[in-house]
Amino acid sequence: MANLTASVRNIGRNPIIWPLLALALLMIFNLIAIPGFFSIEFHDGRLFGSVVDILKNASPLAIIALGMTLVIALEGIDISVGSVLAIAGAMGIFMLDGYPTWIAILAALGIGVLCGLWNGMLISILGIQPMVATLILLTIGRGIAQLITGGRIIDTTSASYTFLGKGYFLGLPIQAFLILIVFALLYVLKTRTAFGLFVESVGGSKTASRYAGIRPRSIMMISYAIVGACASVAGIIVSANLGSADANNAGLWIELDAILAVVIGGTSMRGGRFYLGGTVIGALFIQSLTTTIYSLGVPAESILLVKAIVVILVCLIQSEAFRKLFVPVGKKAIIE
Amino acid sequence: MNRLTPRISHNNIVILATLLLLIVLYGAGSVQYTGFFSLQVFLNLFIDNAYLIIVATGMAFVIISGGIDLSVASLVALVSMVSGDLFAHGANAGTVVAASLALGIAFGAGQGYLIYRFQLHPWIVTLAGMFLARGISFLISSESIVITNETYVKLSQHKIHVWGQNFVSVSVLIALAVVIAVLLVAKFTFFGRAVYAMGGNEKSAALMGLPIARTTVLVYTLSGFCSALGGIVFTLYTLSGYSLHLMGMEMEAIAACVIGGILLTGGFGYLIGPMLGVLCTGIIQTIIMFQGTLSSWWTKIAIGLLLFLFMALQRVIVMRKEKSRNPVSSMNSPNSENKIVNL
Repeated sequence: MANLTASVRNIGRNPIIWPLLALALLMIFNLIAIPGFFSIEFHDGRLFGSVVDILKNASPLAIIALGMTLVIALEGIDISVGSVLAIAGAMGIFMLDGYPTWIAILAALGIGVLCGLWNGMLISILGIQPMVATLILLTIGRGIAQLITGGRIIDTTSASYTFLGKGYFLGLPIQAFLILIVFALLYVLKTRTAFGLFVESVGGSKTASRYAGIRPRSIMMISYAIVGACASVAGIIVSANLGSADANNAGLWIELDAILAVVIGGTSMRGGRFYLGGTVIGALFIQSLTTTIYSLGVPAESILLVKAIVVILVCLIQSEAFRKLFVPVGKKAIIE
Repeated sequence: MNRLTPRISHNNIVILATLLLLIVLYGAGSVQYTGFFSLQVFLNLFIDNAYLIIVATGMAFVIISGGIDLSVASLVALVSMVSGDLFAHGANAGTVVAASLALGIAFGAGQGYLIYRFQLHPWIVTLAGMFLARGISFLISSESIVITNETYVKLSQHKIHVWGQNFVSVSVLIALAVVIAVLLVAKFTFFGRAVYAMGGNEKSAALMGLPIARTTVLVYTLSGFCSALGGIVFTLYTLSGYSLHLMGMEMEAIAACVIGGILLTGGFGYLIGPMLGVLCTGIIQTIIMFQGTLSSWWTKIAIGLLLFLFMALQRVIVMRKEKSRNPVSSMNSPNSENKIVNL
């Protein structure tokens, strides 16, 4: 009996189990409540269906949230991702006018990394609080995007560029593969290089890491540059999907969803350990929730309300003080 | 004692810089554009930004306590929406004002309770609050509601003459009253001092026996109250309720606090600062309006650059403070340490 409780508790402690459980519950709900939610059709070598749509629409969020996981693990935050997304999208579409696609993509990635380095510089060298430092780019960013587009919504017809947003590969939307690529790159960075360990160490304690010979500044610079790159990948996807760049509305509020995805995924806002898999599941959960609400025919306006309730619930479940409310002190003593 | 003089200027420098910036911006505008240097243009800054002054002042209290409140803009929109809806159902002005304020207080207290009781991150809780308030206002209606209540219309059109033909609105008086009240609360009450102490170092404040729980809840309640009051003022200003009102205004409020010298790490700042910050951004908007050819996004770029400048300035001050806080000097100047805490 004691063994059983212990193993149950161990599973409970694995942070990835909670978002997975939430996603599973949502899917079971969909299976019962929405007929045909899981039906997938096959046309012209492409798969269609709600589940495929979720994968497709979740991609900007999932990719940004993956980058965000790194900086949240460093006890930081990047609230400028939505603006960087808009800048990168604008840059990509702008460069297509006269340059080949690969240069446009490189330019979009480059400007994203530049934005990330700027944030990293403010945070690691000037020592400004992450939220505040990235607030600058959040405010200026859309202005810069508008400077690039000249205040208009610019568009493109380049097929090779829009493939990144509309294309299919092996029957699946290209976005699903982009999520996979970004995830794989970061996962290799985390598990196969020392970088992941360094990030967790700096997030745990900056001072201790410095004494251990890690340079927190360069780790932070690199991490913020990675978020910038992730945001520009998302920007490319969004602008390619629409075939146009909208400086005002592209990626609006995505920073909030991304933070939410990371927190649901089990990474603590207080820094330290981070879970890339959890983040992807968190992002999928948020997108599934949105899709569910749409398919239920509930007015789209209530989506914010549902999100608010989910955020509070998830945070409460993660809070020690809240869990203690439900585990009577006496009983706990017997278990231990 | 000779250390005291530069110390005091440490404390004042951001606010002085803000004041100087205000004068320079206003002077530049006056030289550049005819008609800029008039009392009414100056008073309009207050009239157009009264709600922001109120909200930013409430936000400043939260930031000084070491937290953040992202729900303010949505709460303002929610109040405008609830007001519009109540008026549509035939409520009178008194009921609407009371309901709005009660809503703000309850909302703020709820957030404060969650943050303290379950040790949740203020960012996440107020983010949820932001979603919640917007969500509820969407549920009430996604259309804009025009307010035709007699009292509200009369109040919003009422002009208080200051000098000759120049006037301010009722909202300006409310905003100024809020700023003065908050200044007094910060300086002369136990609660005010506890907020500064908590923002300086929460653990030390708890060890000193300060009521952290009550103070946290009260701080967010105060911010909720200020947002609700800002919501009433904003409703008076636009005479409409709309769920998309003021998207992103929480960032403007935070920016006003930063420009007004509220240290974002908490524990330090003058509560007159947010008002000066709001005026600064207001003047930039006015200049760009007078200029005529520049697009509105230049306002954002200018405000962003200002933010950067003031953050760099804050950083320099903190670094110098840390340097001067070697054991000898901190033992020698307990008074100046107190000054930081007590304003």
